Amino acid sequence: MRSDRTGEDAPGELVGTHTVRFPGGYTRSTGPVIGRFLTELRDGRLVGVRTAAGRVLFPPVEYDPGDGAPLPDPPEFPEVGPGGTVRTWCWVGAPRPAHPLDHPFAWAAVRLDGADTAVLHALDFGPDAPADRPPARLRTGLRVRARLRPEDERTGSITDIRCFRPEVDRIIDDRRLDYTVRADAALTRYLEAQLHGRILGSRTRGGRVHVPLRDLDPVDGTPMAGEVELPGTGVLTTFSVNHVPDPRAPEVPFVTGYVRLDGADVDLLALISGVEPEKVHAGMRVRAEWLPPDERTRTRPSIRWFVPDQGAGAEEGPR
Amino acid sequence: MSRSAAVIGVGQTRYRSRRDDVSMPGLVREAALRALDDAGLGFADIDAVVLGKAPDLFEGVAMPDLFLADALGARGKPLLRVHTAGSVGGSTAVVAAGHVHSGAFRRVLAVAWEKQSESNATWALTMAHPFSTSLVVGAGGYFAPFIRAYIERSGAPGHIGHLVAAKDRRNALRNPYAHLRIPDITPEAVAATPMLWEPIRYLETCPSSDGACALVIAGEEEARAAPRPPAWILGSAMRSEPMTFAGRDAVDPRAGRDCAADVYAQAGIADPRRDLDAAEVYVPFSWYEPMWLENLGFAAPGEGWRLTESGATAAGGDIPWNPSGGVLSSNPIGASGMIRFAEAAQQVRGLAGGHQVDGARTALGHAYGAGSQFFAMWVVGAERP
Repeated sequence: MRSDRTGEDAPGELVGTHTVRFPGGYTRSTGPVIGRFLTELRDGRLVGVRTAAGRVLFPPVEYDPGDGAPLPDPPEFPEVGPGGTVRTWCWVGAPRPAHPLDHPFAWAAVRLDGADTAVLHALDFGPDAPADRPPARLRTGLRVRARLRPEDERTGSITDIRCFRPEVDRIIDDRRLDYTVRADAALTRYLEAQLHGRILGSRTRGGRVHVPLRDLDPVDGTPMAGEVELPGTGVLTTFSVNHVPDPRAPEVPFVTGYVRLDGADVDLLALISGVEPEKVHAGMRVRAEWLPPDERTRTRPSIRWFVPDQGAGAEEGPR
Repeated sequence: MSRSAAVIGVGQTRYRSRRDDVSMPGLVREAALRALDDAGLGFADIDAVVLGKAPDLFEGVAMPDLFLADALGARGKPLLRVHTAGSVGGSTAVVAAGHVHSGAFRRVLAVAWEKQSESNATWALTMAHPFSTSLVVGAGGYFAPFIRAYIERSGAPGHIGHLVAAKDRRNALRNPYAHLRIPDITPEAVAATPMLWEPIRYLETCPSSDGACALVIAGEEEARAAPRPPAWILGSAMRSEPMTFAGRDAVDPRAGRDCAADVYAQAGIADPRRDLDAAEVYVPFSWYEPMWLENLGFAAPGEGWRLTESGATAAGGDIPWNPSGGVLSSNPIGASGMIRFAEAAQQVRGLAGGHQVDGARTALGHAYGAGSQFFAMWVVGAERP
């Protein structure tokens, strides 16, 4: 008996720990049925035993647990598993020292294929298993398989089954494609002009104005007839109020809309800001708000968003 | 004059959020084997295979045709992959029909599929490319402004979308393959779900599904020998247009109108509402029913929502739309278009089961994809043309 604490928290109270352990451990004679089971297990085989009524018990016992009837003589030891099905389970988020695994795991009742009864054992979801909740895939009905210890570590013990693990039903294919993307001449010119607060478009041979600047008319593939500079003002043609956040727009709601710049014949898709979402309406006059010059780069558009264009003739030029 | 072609086999998987129980080859085989079984054929009887699925980033399978060739019994046979975004299932059926119309092949297997659970379609559709600022969040974010434009243009009342969403989900309850099953669904229940992209609410969007669909399309002689009634292909067409060009009407796209005019002319349809008995139309967001009612000529411009409101497109209406529950109830994207085509065929074969439109003789299958840019349609009939 060791007395680690001498009752400092509660003066007058004596507290100690006490271990009772038979030196060397108790013996257990197995009898023929359990002995056969453990011998097969040490050799890496999972066997049950068949009752007189025909049920297969795993792990085996020496009688029919349903009615106490003796097993047939001699008993039959059919091989079961190695796969099985979880019948019920309990998640252990914080394993105790005596537990078979040192990370979160499940105690699970597993019915091995070919058996009619379940064995209670540890079910391992790996070292990263969550402590606060069971893994989503842990369900009654989950397919699992016994993981045995290596041959030279097996002794003929139920712990020769180290644990059960889910069957492989999914692999991760984490491949990637790496591209080098080169902007074409028109897009390069368009983005470079935006560094200086200018919006460039192009005129088709039929006189329609496209923005952003592009080399070919998408209607018939003919070369554009010329370049056009457009003002930063226009009309909102239609829009959406987005309530689904996005990494690039984490604050919801946010408004995206199509802006028909004055003099253009196609719309630009843009963020709409500076106005309550419920006050946005189609037909609203808007103007571009530019990134400050030191935040502009030639690798992306320099218009931050469009805002309501208040007041008559509010043709505020780009900064 | 091209040769007659008919659908003699249809196979579908149950549509679900996840089909963890099968691999991709296993999923497509499930549909293919059911279609072959329906046609009384085996892989050995097939002359060519046509395969469709939506963009490769959805599962990260870059060449699904090579990947699935042997799983689809295509060894030593012509195998063609079709790729037209969300309309691909319809385009795949049109290409397969063309194989038979041409006389080059007698029995063609067409398969379309998606296993959306392997990644995330919204991620795949919202790539941030260099030199641009992507402002669109998924398909809903893209289509919402055009739905708003339709509502403003037509003066449609706001509850029309709720009617469509509830109607298609009610229909789905009679289709054993359908993914979403929402008993007692009502327009009010739809209106009570969260707003995602105004004016689209949660239950006004399609689900994300795993699944596959397959068709066996055959020539006249083979169709007559088939064990079950054929659906004769009376016309098929595809059209496409760029996403942006001066004068484009993204609400009522020219490509859709032209495609419909073409397929109706082939099939002798003068008035689609009168001459068709059922339509399976690609409606991934509820408002696309009234929008496509106009684009496809079932209603005059601005009047589509009145048809929906009147109940004409519901089961028991004079022109049921999506009796199967449609894309709003099951959406394995690459297969969604082919499911429309297959369900149209099942209607005229009299094999649509619990969602059969009584006495359907002629039906439309429709699919669209990308930014309302790709259109595919066919009209099938119980009678050989």
